[in-house]
Amino acid sequence: MPCHNPGGNKRLNIIVCIKQVPDTAEIRINPETNTLMREGVPSIINPFDLHALEEALQIRERSGGKVTVLTMGPPQAETALREAISMGADEAVLLSDRAFAGSDTWATSYTLAQAVRKLGADVIFCGKQAIDGDTAQVGPETAEFLGIPHISYIRKIEEIKDNHITVQRLMDEGYDVVESSLPVLLTVVKELNQPRMPSLKGKMAAKKAEIRKMNKDDIQADEDCLGLKGSPTQVKRIFAPEIKAERKILEGTPEEQSDALIQELRNVKCL
Amino acid sequence: MSIVVRVDKCSGCETCLASCPFDAIVMKEGKAFINEYCNYCKTCISVCPEGAIIETEEISNFKSQISNLLDYKDVLIFAEQREGKAAPVALELLGAGRRLADELGVKLLAVLPGADEPEAKELVKWGADRVYLCSDARLRKFNDDSYADLLTLIINEQRPSIVLAGATPVGRSFIPRVAARLRTGLTADCTSLEIDGETGNLLQIRPAFGGNIMATILCPDYRPQMATVRPRVMKRGEYNETRTGEIVSIQLDEIRTRTNVLETVKEVSEVSVNLHEAEYIIAGGRGAGGDKGFRLLSELAQALGGVVGASRAAVDEGWISYSHQVGQTGKTVNPKIYIACGISGAVQHLVGMQSSDIIIAINTNPEAPIFNVATYGIVGDLFEIVPLLTKKIKELKGI
Ligand SMILES: Cc1cc2nc3c(=O)[nH]c(=O)nc-3n(C[C@H](O)[C@H](O)[C@H](O)COP(=O)(O)OP(=O)(O)OC[C@H]3O[C@@H](n4cnc5c(N)ncnc54)[C@H](O)[C@@H]3O)c2cc1C
Ligand SMILES: Nc1ncnc2c1ncn2[C@@H]1O[C@H](COP(=O)(O)O)[C@@H](O)[C@H]1O
Repeated sequence: MPCHNPGGNKRLNIIVCIKQVPDTAEIRINPETNTLMREGVPSIINPFDLHALEEALQIRERSGGKVTVLTMGPPQAETALREAISMGADEAVLLSDRAFAGSDTWATSYTLAQAVRKLGADVIFCGKQAIDGDTAQVGPETAEFLGIPHISYIRKIEEIKDNHITVQRLMDEGYDVVESSLPVLLTVVKELNQPRMPSLKGKMAAKKAEIRKMNKDDIQADEDCLGLKGSPTQVKRIFAPEIKAERKILEGTPEEQSDALIQELRNVKCL
Repeated sequence: MSIVVRVDKCSGCETCLASCPFDAIVMKEGKAFINEYCNYCKTCISVCPEGAIIETEEISNFKSQISNLLDYKDVLIFAEQREGKAAPVALELLGAGRRLADELGVKLLAVLPGADEPEAKELVKWGADRVYLCSDARLRKFNDDSYADLLTLIINEQRPSIVLAGATPVGRSFIPRVAARLRTGLTADCTSLEIDGETGNLLQIRPAFGGNIMATILCPDYRPQMATVRPRVMKRGEYNETRTGEIVSIQLDEIRTRTNVLETVKEVSEVSVNLHEAEYIIAGGRGAGGDKGFRLLSELAQALGGVVGASRAAVDEGWISYSHQVGQTGKTVNPKIYIACGISGAVQHLVGMQSSDIIIAINTNPEAPIFNVATYGIVGDLFEIVPLLTKKIKELKGI
């Protein structure tokens, strides 16, 4: 898979996995039907994936190579790919097939891995998580299917040299400096960089760019591993966050209210 | 099923090319590549001198596994350790796991890598029936490969029906690899776990879409049913000095690590630690209005011996740093008392503090949703109420 360039630092083939997601900041739930109100909610590139793309573009600008954006989704996900091209991606691949519908993280990762294998890559970037599902599973699972290592929560790339990469991985209590051989899959956090805005030239390029389309046959997928049928998990029920209702409203003047509160807390031995 | 070349191992010797009856192997940039003509005859696997061609067999295995659902019984938790001590989330998993195991009438197993026998005994006292202890010092530090290999090994041998791990940086990083390998489902970041009375399946409940909705996820046809659990939402089990259990020592011959930690740098913010350990959290939102409001809150915090928290709105306004933020994109806390001052109670805030023992809401707007989760509500101005509370508590404590 990797490009061969004896003697020097190689020019990297980079794939960035991006997902088109509804802007969850704008989502509301219909209190009567308990369903999502998705109407009018804009679709965006998953914010973490923009940081992944930015980092890929910076690597290419430093040492050459190629940045391919890859998405699995319905035909309209093409918009996300064109937006990525307007930021500077070289190529775009849309993995789309009705057989992919209903994929959970297992099936999504399997499908993405089959496509990556087909395309070939030295470094694969994913976002830390997608803001619709917040699972953070697709990156590591894809790496497992590819049989390559992964490093999660990258907040800085220290060096890429001679088939080797050194990064900082964000942890609970600080960070680790981690090295790996290539190929490797990295999932990134927002501290990594500041994503650029599309340039005018990029926007023109995005209009004209040809989007490569791949379906289940192009990636030689095993049908039993695709879409709903290939997904081990099922969504059983979706509901509005429930609220407990054991509240006691403390009445009176501020003086009386605060006295009442302190009395209550003393009663339950919390003061 | 598929046959793949591991490019990191392939030396480019071309032995496999000649062996393939279907002409399905080509050289690409000096490495072998298997194209769509592959008939899965596996000849190449046997001839490769580097062992670089592998069959991703986990995919071909899964059908046989499905027919054996009933072979999978126990509940297993992954006990994460820091410097040899079980992390708090491990004890919470034991609490949740114990409850599920009792309901199903099965055993509670724990896997503990990189720690020693006394710590394994602690896990027994916290509720485990059997602990698989791998005290190999090489497992002291987290590594995706070695942790995934160890856990996969134990799952394949013990066949638990349910596997739980913490939704921590460690759990969220390597558990997906295990699920991918075992060809089973994984539900991230669960906030509640229950057993379906009819089928005995695990109901995995988690927030989605930025906390706007909750979803119940099932994994009915594959085993084990795997979930990561958000730290600090499950209650620890009962600690029992006299509880007995088995400790099984595991030896690994080879430890595979393709990534290598060169250095670990600690950058613990004191606030984070304090928020997680605090018994009293006094949190301010947009209603706190600015620095003056937050000063009042920290005076109350001081009087109570607590810590100041905040809503995202207050953090976004720049009144207080992000490390204080509670909620979906901030911290999950469960203090004894959480006092929400000038916080409206958006779902994204609620998911981070809902499991506090007592919630007190102080808000001028009687319709604010925060009152729906409050144990005690005060409809009033925080600028009046908070100083009064501080004064009265100080008097009470004689300070
Ligand atoms: C994806 C996503 C993630 C998010 N993550 C988080 C998160 O982690 N944490 C979080 O907190 N939010 C989060 N939010 C934001 C959340 O939706 C709300 O916008 C936010 O919590 C509102 O903060 P607030 O209650 O302080 O402000 P507001 O909603 O503006 O409420 C202010 C309240 O103060 C009351 N008030 C005003 N003056 C006074 C006074 N003098 N005395 C008493 N009360 C007064 C008002 O009545 C009002 O109820 C997230 C949003 C999204 C979309
Ligand atoms: N359908 C998809 N197409 C391309 N990339 C995806 C897709 N789903 C997830 N990803 C990638 O995986 C990351 C984690 O997603 P998730 O596991 O869903 O939280 C995202 O930030 C993307 O980089």
